[in-house]
Amino acid sequence: MSFLEVEEINVFYGDVQVIFDLSLHVEEGEVVSIIGGNGAGKSTLLKTISCLLHPQSGQIRFENALLQNATPEEIVARGIVQVPEGRRLFSLMSVYDNLVVGAYNRRAAGSQEESLQQVYTMFPRLKERTSQIAMTLSGGEQQMVAIARGLMARPKLLMLDEPSLGLAPVLIKSIFKTIRAIADQGTTVLLVEQDVNHSLSLSDRGYVLEHGRIAMEGQAAHLLEDPHIKAAYLGL
Amino acid sequence: MIFVLEDTINGILMGSIYGLTALGLTIIFGVLKVINFAHGSMLMVGMYVAYWAVALTGLHPYMALFVVVPVMFFFGYYVQDLIIKPIFKAEKEVREPITVIIVTTGIWYILDNLTLLLFGPDYRILQDNPLRGKMLEAGQMLISVPKLWGFCAAVVTAASVYVFFQKTRMGRAIRATSLDREAASLMGINQYKVYNIAFGIGTASAGIAAITLVPFFNVYPTVGVLFDIKGFIIVVLGGLGSIWGAIVGGIIIGLIESVAPQFMTATWTEAIVYGLFLLVLFVKPSGLFGVKYDW
Ligand SMILES: Nc1ncnc2c1ncn2[C@@H]1O[C@H](COP(=O)(O)OP(=O)(O)OP(=O)(O)O)[C@@H](O)[C@H]1O
Ligand SMILES: [Mg+2]
Repeated sequence: MSFLEVEEINVFYGDVQVIFDLSLHVEEGEVVSIIGGNGAGKSTLLKTISCLLHPQSGQIRFENALLQNATPEEIVARGIVQVPEGRRLFSLMSVYDNLVVGAYNRRAAGSQEESLQQVYTMFPRLKERTSQIAMTLSGGEQQMVAIARGLMARPKLLMLDEPSLGLAPVLIKSIFKTIRAIADQGTTVLLVEQDVNHSLSLSDRGYVLEHGRIAMEGQAAHLLEDPHIKAAYLGL
Repeated sequence: MIFVLEDTINGILMGSIYGLTALGLTIIFGVLKVINFAHGSMLMVGMYVAYWAVALTGLHPYMALFVVVPVMFFFGYYVQDLIIKPIFKAEKEVREPITVIIVTTGIWYILDNLTLLLFGPDYRILQDNPLRGKMLEAGQMLISVPKLWGFCAAVVTAASVYVFFQKTRMGRAIRATSLDREAASLMGINQYKVYNIAFGIGTASAGIAAITLVPFFNVYPTVGVLFDIKGFIIVVLGGLGSIWGAIVGGIIIGLIESVAPQFMTATWTEAIVYGLFLLVLFVKPSGLFGVKYDW
């Protein structure tokens, strides 16, 4: 049994189907990328795993337990944490308050201080800015807070939705480095990205999502060499 | 001149009590994004609970605090949990569901009529309570003692709620939910539990307002309506969702009500209140202290 196992899910918004018979799996300790263009259904997939949406059919298992009809809070309590697209910080709250809210779930609350030290070590910049209001941070700093807030929840599986979105090339490099570091410290990562080159380079495996279906899957290194991916996503 | 000063002080004191009655309205709006039309009725319920707690035991009116605050907290908590939550769940996709507002209007009618049925239309006042008509002499001025205590209660309550929201785990979760429900639930926060607690806190603060009113104010089934309309004006003036805005907004209304009649016929005071209300809506729709919805 896999760590995370998605089996043939179909997801709808009202009458409109967005995800079709999608299956994937993530093993403990892996970094797995999901790549695909705008509107492919990447965010919808992550929302479904987080139980913000429920599949009309199909199953999702995490550590062998079904996630059927769970609430988003229960998913966090079980150790699946999502850093949502567009950061979604608590805009009028300070950096510190944002981070502490990340440690809200009972599993994480006990080790809040320890987690804080860890994320401050990872992002020294945030330590300098603990009392700054999140809304006034630069885009790069906001993404650091979003990731740090996710780490405060003590994830077993961290899901990141387009962390590089809207960042300058230098910052993109450092964000991906950070993600690799998080994985190296033992957290399993499911990474959704449109920056195919960077994300596949740091991943073990990858899936290509097109129109709500898995179009291709395999070792990240193989996908990077694939002619279809080179043409469609890398502009080569 | 001394009369103007006296009216100013009494206006500030009464106004802070208006602010306290509106505090819960602004808290509930800040978190649930819904105007609770039953808020005045909940204040009325608080007044009856306080009235009977004192009338039946003969205790000092302010001792009712220990009964009213927990009773009102759980009253609000369960009104949200049992009546409002199911509607929120049914309208998950709607940001400001109108059906919830309609339901709070229903709760208003039910509470007012149930009270009428149980206790009749009589005006009740706590006879010979130690605070009734009690005045403090300061120079040539007379300051109402129960209103002075009301002022203290308003400041202490607002400050306590503020600190709770700023410094506690649940307080931060409530603010996070008010800013972004979905992101908050991705951080493991149960949105509906937060709503229950916010509703409980808002209702309990109406209970504190009720206690400060009961020693000098008549209790009757529709007394809430009086404070409802003032409450809406106050929270718009102060900024929907702003704790201190509610207190300051209340004081502004209290001042207009007590000072303006010195200079014009009393009928004009209401015109001034509504005029100011419209002016603020035009010039600064977010209210005097409205910084979106955070505290
Ligand atoms: N709340 C919604 N209601 C209806 N349709 C939606 C909703 N959210 C997304 N969709 C539709 O579902 C499809 C997939 O959207 P999704 O956000 O999952 O794509 P994505 O792969 O994350 O795209 P992007 O890279 O632009 O973020 C799109 O066609 C989108 O219009
Ligand atoms: Mg997306």
